[in-house]
Amino acid sequence: MANEKKESLGKGIVKTFTNGLIFENPTFVLMLGMCPTLAVTSSAINGMGMGLTTMVVLTLSNIIISLLRNVIPAKVRIPAYIVIIASFVTIVGQFLEAYLPALNASLGMFIPLIVVNCIILGRAESFASKNNFILSAFDGIGMGLGFTCALTIIGLVRELLGAHKMFGYSLTEIATNIGANGLADWFSKQTPIAIFVMAPGAFFVLAALCAILNNIKNKKDSAGIPNKLLSGCSSEHDCSSCSQRGGCHSAFYDTKAKNQPISKMGEEAKNND
Amino acid sequence: MIKELLIIAISSALISNVVLSQFYGLCPFLGVSKQLKTAAGMGLAVIFVITLSSLVSSVIYIYILDKLGLGYLKTIVFILVIACLVQFVEMYLKKKIPSLYQALGVYLPLITTNCAVLGTALTNVQNYGTEKHAILFGVMNGFATSFGFFISICILAGIREKIDRNNIPKAFRGMPIVLVTAGLMAIAFCGFSGLL
Repeated sequence: MANEKKESLGKGIVKTFTNGLIFENPTFVLMLGMCPTLAVTSSAINGMGMGLTTMVVLTLSNIIISLLRNVIPAKVRIPAYIVIIASFVTIVGQFLEAYLPALNASLGMFIPLIVVNCIILGRAESFASKNNFILSAFDGIGMGLGFTCALTIIGLVRELLGAHKMFGYSLTEIATNIGANGLADWFSKQTPIAIFVMAPGAFFVLAALCAILNNIKNKKDSAGIPNKLLSGCSSEHDCSSCSQRGGCHSAFYDTKAKNQPISKMGEEAKNND
Repeated sequence: MIKELLIIAISSALISNVVLSQFYGLCPFLGVSKQLKTAAGMGLAVIFVITLSSLVSSVIYIYILDKLGLGYLKTIVFILVIACLVQFVEMYLKKKIPSLYQALGVYLPLITTNCAVLGTALTNVQNYGTEKHAILFGVMNGFATSFGFFISICILAGIREKIDRNNIPKAFRGMPIVLVTAGLMAIAFCGFSGLL
């Protein structure tokens, strides 16, 4: 009996982990936390730093919220979650300031702004408040790693196109080091498309990624495979606005009346599509 | 003094536009920009809340947090203050100025999660700290930042209303074309960088 339970817990862990990492990737599938995604991905290293910082905060806040889920009264849960998240963000921010000042400087204001990152509150509301702390921890790690991978990929694309660099090393250098001198010559003659490391490039890279995902979705639709309802967009909170519209404000409000305009917006979007 | 205020206004509203170059407040920018009318309502509500929260957060930082040496608590304090402020503003408008509540009401609750509000409050503290005119500069910066948001969300909404009538490639319908539009707007706003 105990063995069976352990096994199912193990399966649950694997499932929640891969769910966050791939099937419900917060950036590519749920489209949450767009502000840091666009702002800090001017290089792969920055993207990775932001992703890992978010992962730490997400995992810790998921654990604490899940442990306190039966103690916090339902009516004041959102302010309570925000205080917990903000405390962890402050702790992590102080830590970065002390030990990784360079990363802290390049991420700047977006470290305190992790507090209002939709992913964290969204997972607190839709996962940690309903599951035990082991699963919640793995959900945090999975979602956090998914976010980290997404930010690193976007950062890498922008860095490659915009500065001809990979993780801070220039392509010419890399080509010389592996002995491909012809390639190094070729790279040194090319001018990078500088707009990709500037603000507009972030929009273009994300637009391209969204278009690719849309294409996959369209193909699935025409093949008759229905899209699954995502756990982050449960019907009771009506996050139709968040995955499609890039906002997740409804997670903050539980009364039907306040949700009304958002759900209407969602319907409008569906009708127009 | 007036010159400094003008510089703050132009640089926050146009040069380092809050959405297009700082990337604060992208969620409402992309989410509530389908129609010009609703976008303008959202923009006005944001102007209202950011200006007010800049004032309140500067006052709290200078007279409470800094006096007690609790500057490191600013993130927690500001987010709670902003959430409470939005609630109070909503209740006040509902009771006293119903016409304004009708216009802004539905957008007010959405603003708590707008990272532009918290971002502006934190930027004010970082840039102006406890210097002499910190509160005035903070309020000016808040107003200019939110006015920049108003400008950009209205432009995007205007463009999106026109885009809807065009034949867009299937993969680019919805979010991608909006992001491309925003990117082109960001390029246009890069042109302001030579202004000062």
